Amino acid sequence: MDWILNNPETLWEALVQHVIIVAEALAISLAIALPLGIWSARRPRVYALVLGATGILYTIPALALFALLIPIMGLGQGPALTAIVMYSLLVLTRNVVVGLRNVPGDILEAADGMGYGRWRRLGAIELPLALPVIIAGIRLTVVTQISVATVGAFIGAGGLGDIIFQGITQDIGDKVVVGAVFASALAILADESLRFIETRVRAAGGLE
Amino acid sequence: MTGAYVTWIAGHRSILWRTFAEHVTLSVTALAIVLVIALPLGIGLARRPRLAAPVVGIVNALRTVPSLALLVIMLPVLGTGFLPSVVALTLYGLPAVLVNTVAGLRDVDSNIVEAARGQGLSEGQNVLRISLPLATPVILAGIRTAAVQIVSAATLAVFIGGGGLGELISAGMGLLDIPQLVIGALAVALLALVTEIAFGATERLVAGRLLGSTA
Repeated sequence: MDWILNNPETLWEALVQHVIIVAEALAISLAIALPLGIWSARRPRVYALVLGATGILYTIPALALFALLIPIMGLGQGPALTAIVMYSLLVLTRNVVVGLRNVPGDILEAADGMGYGRWRRLGAIELPLALPVIIAGIRLTVVTQISVATVGAFIGAGGLGDIIFQGITQDIGDKVVVGAVFASALAILADESLRFIETRVRAAGGLE
Repeated sequence: MTGAYVTWIAGHRSILWRTFAEHVTLSVTALAIVLVIALPLGIGLARRPRLAAPVVGIVNALRTVPSLALLVIMLPVLGTGFLPSVVALTLYGLPAVLVNTVAGLRDVDSNIVEAARGQGLSEGQNVLRISLPLATPVILAGIRTAAVQIVSAATLAVFIGGGGLGELISAGMGLLDIPQLVIGALAVALLALVTEIAFGATERLVAGRLLGSTA
């Protein structure tokens, strides 16, 4: 554990960088998956296509996806962010769709009867009721993103994976372990916090 | 552009074949160990809910650990090579099969199990003839998830000296050899997709048979 005592600021910087990459990736993924999910929720054929395409992306091993982006986008945070977003679309879009589809038909009819327009119904009724399922999707996505971002250090994304890869090339065992332990702790912490939020939102009146 | 790739493959058939064989060996070994541990453990835990809850909790935490972290954490304990890679991949694939086995068996309608018991089936016969076949679709879904996860994570085994197709990606990156990098990535992506499709097809086939036999 000597390494951690001598280099606290390096570790801190890597941790902050890791959190920033994941936050950016989550923001971009949501900006894509929310409209995509809303659009495809009531269009089974579109949804099948979306599931197929995002499912293929999700199946490609992380290191391979990063490698395939190198000839197109080179190295650095841009391609790393792109790959992390590509990974996130399946789970996020699927949960938006499942959440929206779970809203009971009689609730929608009641909203229509009360003169709600399409967009007001979506914003005031459907999305709030779908929220617990969407948050569950966000939780799974964030855990995946933390993991994929670790591998992203291979193409220059920085973050905690950088500590691991540096430790391997410099043959400093402590450094490797510290990077791995912090990445794992970050993933477990994110999982637990989002699970807590999910339970609270569900208790506050969302639907299963 | 494609010429460079074809030339690379033509000149490196043996290394392509070796890394592919290593990748498959790593994955198959890990998946086999996962099945040997997770299936009996899951069957045992399904009937002991009080014991199952903490075990599933621990296993779910394991699920959260990033694949690269799980692999490199083996370094100080087991060093480099095949063994630490297989141990890490086994730990990585275990949760999906264990959790689905427990959940699949637990969700079997208790009325059906009662009825079978009423017809004089013993506890063991009940598990073998009634519960397991009914839980099979859920268990197979867990095995498919584990298989794809293992094939995927095996790409990272190269970083702890475990070989596999990740070696082409890592070496291609080190040498700035784009054909090697891309062919390694395409090969491993294809292997993961084929694994997903093959296990998915098996799942549908078995589910169809099971439905047919109970109808």
